[in-house]
Amino acid sequence: MTPSEIDKIFRDEAGRALATLIRLVGDFDLAEDALQDAFAVALERWAACEIPDNPRAWLVNVARHKAIDRIRRRAVFRGKQQELVHELELNAQAADEPPATLDDDMLRLIFTCCHPAFAPEVQVALTLRTVCGLSTAQVARAFLVSEEAMAQRLVRAKQKIRLAGIPYEVPKREALVSRLDGVLAVIYLVFTEGYVATEGTDLMLPDLAIEAIRLGRLLDRLMPDRAGIKGLLALMLLHDARRAGRETSAGDIVLLEEQDRSLWDRGQIDEGLRLVDDALRVPGRPQPYAVQAAIAALHARAPSFEETDWPQIAGLYGVLLRINPSPVIELNHAAAVSMVDGPARALDLVDAITARGGLSGYELLPAVRADLLRRLGRTEEARDAYRAATEATQLAPLRRLYARRVREMDI
Amino acid sequence: MQYLLMIYQNEVEYAKNDAATSQKMLAEYQAFTQSIVQSGNFKAGDRLQPTMTATTVRVREGKTLTTDGPFAETREQLGGYYLVEAKDLNEAIAIAARIPSARIGSIEVRPIWVYEK
Repeated sequence: MTPSEIDKIFRDEAGRALATLIRLVGDFDLAEDALQDAFAVALERWAACEIPDNPRAWLVNVARHKAIDRIRRRAVFRGKQQELVHELELNAQAADEPPATLDDDMLRLIFTCCHPAFAPEVQVALTLRTVCGLSTAQVARAFLVSEEAMAQRLVRAKQKIRLAGIPYEVPKREALVSRLDGVLAVIYLVFTEGYVATEGTDLMLPDLAIEAIRLGRLLDRLMPDRAGIKGLLALMLLHDARRAGRETSAGDIVLLEEQDRSLWDRGQIDEGLRLVDDALRVPGRPQPYAVQAAIAALHARAPSFEETDWPQIAGLYGVLLRINPSPVIELNHAAAVSMVDGPARALDLVDAITARGGLSGYELLPAVRADLLRRLGRTEEARDAYRAATEATQLAPLRRLYARRVREMDI
Repeated sequence: MQYLLMIYQNEVEYAKNDAATSQKMLAEYQAFTQSIVQSGNFKAGDRLQPTMTATTVRVREGKTLTTDGPFAETREQLGGYYLVEAKDLNEAIAIAARIPSARIGSIEVRPIWVYEK
């Protein structure tokens, strides 16, 4: 077995193995350290001979013994820890645990990392590090911070889990719905950062989008028949399916209206479309992610930009505004309205949002205004708006897009 | 009359103290606590975990909102306190959210420091 094959198993199993270990040893740090120890042993043994039938169970078992060693090695070895060691040793003799328990472990880990007592960016970092098994360096890169800064942030988060008593559990029925919304928000944050980066030279960070989709699939398997989860997964699959068409080989943005739709990933679109249908069939109130996915589905189904069902898209944004009102949805609604009733009507809507101060600081607002003004032939105002849009973004490809639009107006 | 004595200090600076300095401070605190217990002044007192363990709870439009970190606005002033026993942070947050002022102000939930025996 080659090191890269072993590495792939680590990546696939790290989150689940860690989830079970945390339950067994009751401590994030100890579980992580013990799992690293187990990886080191695996690297040595698996390279030499065949890997075990169940690598995860093997890793958990070895890590459990490593955890016992680590507790014993601690300078102060007290009564409570002796009990824990005893319990761990007893468990080590037990038969393999049922799959349902292991699934619950994974959910416990997800809900703990996405606990609302953490700031959203901390939830994202913890989830990427522990659930997805990304290295601290990889998480740091996604956040554009130094590895030391990210390590520090993760250490503090784990300290808070321990010191503030954040429970390692799946929330009870009455809290589950709102906590699940929080988990979905974290997954969507990971995805959106991968779909359009906040800053830097690259438009997309595909690894993050892929990671978010992996999380979505996992959650959909662990908690089936939830419209919000299915809707979010569909939304991510449908957006990500357009990846190959969204930028040139030079890294410039290709707008939806210019994209070569034959580059879109049809297999992924089909999967997304099936999930949208499933999400919309789940009884209960329509879920915001499912409605957004339904909008993405209309884009995915359209043979061309011109043949897109814009009235239905504008209508669906209207639905979203009722169930989940936000200035960002209003802005998207306005953009859809511009394709149905023309840019003048849309500009009225955008200016109304601005007048209420709803989107001050939202970097895409000037870009939407600029686009509408350009289409209305109000060149001077459009130029100003593109300038404002350029100042508002830290992302190089977006800046090049706005510069290109300004150049095109000059011709 | 009863008075609440609130202890403010720079926790970042304090954490930089070496073991000997911390030990000395701890001994001073023990002696002080002992003295006010003996004099009959002592009602209750605890050391708090650092602010990075804090969670601030607000209730707005019937929804419980939590934020990471301590209460940090100068527009509101400390108006009271509860010391509660809760099985975990979730229970503590749920209790905090039931405090009437959670609807208009903020409740900082901070764990009490437990010294290992």
